[in-house]
Amino acid sequence: MGKRKKEQESYSYMRDVIERFCHHKAALVSVFILGVIVLAVCILPLTMELEPYTTNSGAVYAKPEGNYILGTDEIGRDLFSRLIYGGRTSLFVGVVSMLLSVAIGVPLGILAGYYKGWVETIVLRMADVFMSFPSIVLCIVLVSILGPSITAVTIVIGITGWPQFARIIYSKVIITREMEYVQSAKSTGIKDGRIMTQYILPNALSPVLINMTFRTAQAILMEASLSFLGLGVKPPAASWGNILQYAQTISSLTMRPWMWVPAGILMVITVVTINFIGDGIRDALDPKLKI
Amino acid sequence: MGKYILKRLGVALVTFFGITLLAYILTSMMPGSPIDFIVSSNPHMTADQVAAMEEEMGLNQPVFIQYIKWLQEFLSGNLGYSYRTGNPVFAEILEKLGGTLLLVGASMVLSLVIAIPLGTAAALKPNSAFDYISSGLAFIGNSTPGFFAGMIFIYIFCVKFSLFPMGGMYTSPSNQTAADLIYHMIMPCSALALQQIGGYMRHVRSNMLETLGEDYIRTSKAKGLGRTRVVSVHGLRNAMIPIVTIVGMNIPLLIGGSVVTETVFSWPGIGMLMTTSINARDYPVIMGVTVVVATAVLVGNVLIDFIYCIVDPRIKHS
Repeated sequence: MGKRKKEQESYSYMRDVIERFCHHKAALVSVFILGVIVLAVCILPLTMELEPYTTNSGAVYAKPEGNYILGTDEIGRDLFSRLIYGGRTSLFVGVVSMLLSVAIGVPLGILAGYYKGWVETIVLRMADVFMSFPSIVLCIVLVSILGPSITAVTIVIGITGWPQFARIIYSKVIITREMEYVQSAKSTGIKDGRIMTQYILPNALSPVLINMTFRTAQAILMEASLSFLGLGVKPPAASWGNILQYAQTISSLTMRPWMWVPAGILMVITVVTINFIGDGIRDALDPKLKI
Repeated sequence: MGKYILKRLGVALVTFFGITLLAYILTSMMPGSPIDFIVSSNPHMTADQVAAMEEEMGLNQPVFIQYIKWLQEFLSGNLGYSYRTGNPVFAEILEKLGGTLLLVGASMVLSLVIAIPLGTAAALKPNSAFDYISSGLAFIGNSTPGFFAGMIFIYIFCVKFSLFPMGGMYTSPSNQTAADLIYHMIMPCSALALQQIGGYMRHVRSNMLETLGEDYIRTSKAKGLGRTRVVSVHGLRNAMIPIVTIVGMNIPLLIGGSVVTETVFSWPGIGMLMTTSINARDYPVIMGVTVVVATAVLVGNVLIDFIYCIVDPRIKHS
């Protein structure tokens, strides 16, 4: 009995997935680096006395040295503190807006794939319409309705991301709904709602999981672009995008690289690691898929 | 084939009306109305005059009726007038559209010219050092937003080495030569291309790997064709087909990237027009740009679908 259980475990799906993920070296390294970044932005504000909002008129545009390891900005705020707090904002916007996209897109996609007919037409055509707008353009318009703030940016990026998830799960559901176990569930009289959530969803979920990582990366870049244009996170709150925005003046851009290079590089590292992890998850969940 | 084209055009038409409807609803939700703008420039207006003006402009009618009216105007080429400059919106957009299309087109060509050979080379030696390094660089390029790449480029190439101008389209408005244009375009175009090269490269690599495993490649090798001919004629041509779709899917991303990149390099295009209009709350222009950009994406996608049909006759559309 004990031996048999052990044997079953060694064929377990999860273990297989984790094993395949571990074969992806870049993804493993990325998990480590991203972990360090996430820990830093979560823990440093609690343990160090960071002052991202305190201005110091005596140390405007200070170079990175002494008290200010990354220098200060145009009103003498400590850039290291702003970098860490900015990371909190950027990661928060990235993850929460991605979850919002999933929460809108996945139910719509399942309904469209399961019921077909007019539901399918409406959802797919709506996705077409949304996807015709470059997301940054749609975000700019939506932010100018809601006014720039962290909440607005999160909602806006969340809304513009739904078609991607709806389409992904839709294409999976139209295959899954024809499976024999779904047909048999239907014939035993199980309600549609339960079939969708308990029979179809778990079997159509892996492409959604894979795209959750890629979408988080996109959302972080989107927040940065919006903040960079002055339509995202408003000061005094910090985000990686608005640190870059304040360095956009010619003099800062050309003479004070410490003001913008760290924020940009940290953002790129974060996005690269998230993308590598996504790549690893894809290899692990769906070994047939390449690219 | 004919039936497929008709069906595709039908869907595109529906999408087009969806685009205009969504853009109209969003614009009507923006704070402030056109009346506010007129009142602000003429503070002595009475409430009656304002009401009369609303009546005249049709602003007291339901949004749907207003939309139909706006659509009629739009289809006859009238997108209203800019609050900021007073010029017709359509003319403002046409003036700037060329700059954006030039930038977007050039960066697309540049990224494909770089990505296709690199992707092919990586596929010919899978899991080699070259493959790993190029894939890694592709990932980093893909994850770098155009505006940050732009800032780095300005810092390195324009400030440190003074190789290229920091922005604009021409050195002086009086002397507009093609050489000067290209000289100004190199930096923004490279910044915009950087983000795409990675994606294209990965797709070229994986399609090429798949194609090189096909039977017809083995046949052409077996009948004694040279390696170059097998790869470039039989392999690449077939591997390129899915790339057409990827290029199409990238169009919105590319135009979006252009909006931000134009701001970094003060490149006079649609993106600059959009950001200045947002700051000036110039709603007719925002609305116009949004619809024109989305329509451009739609047209681009339809064209790509047709090209796909032509390059890959094997595909039977149901």
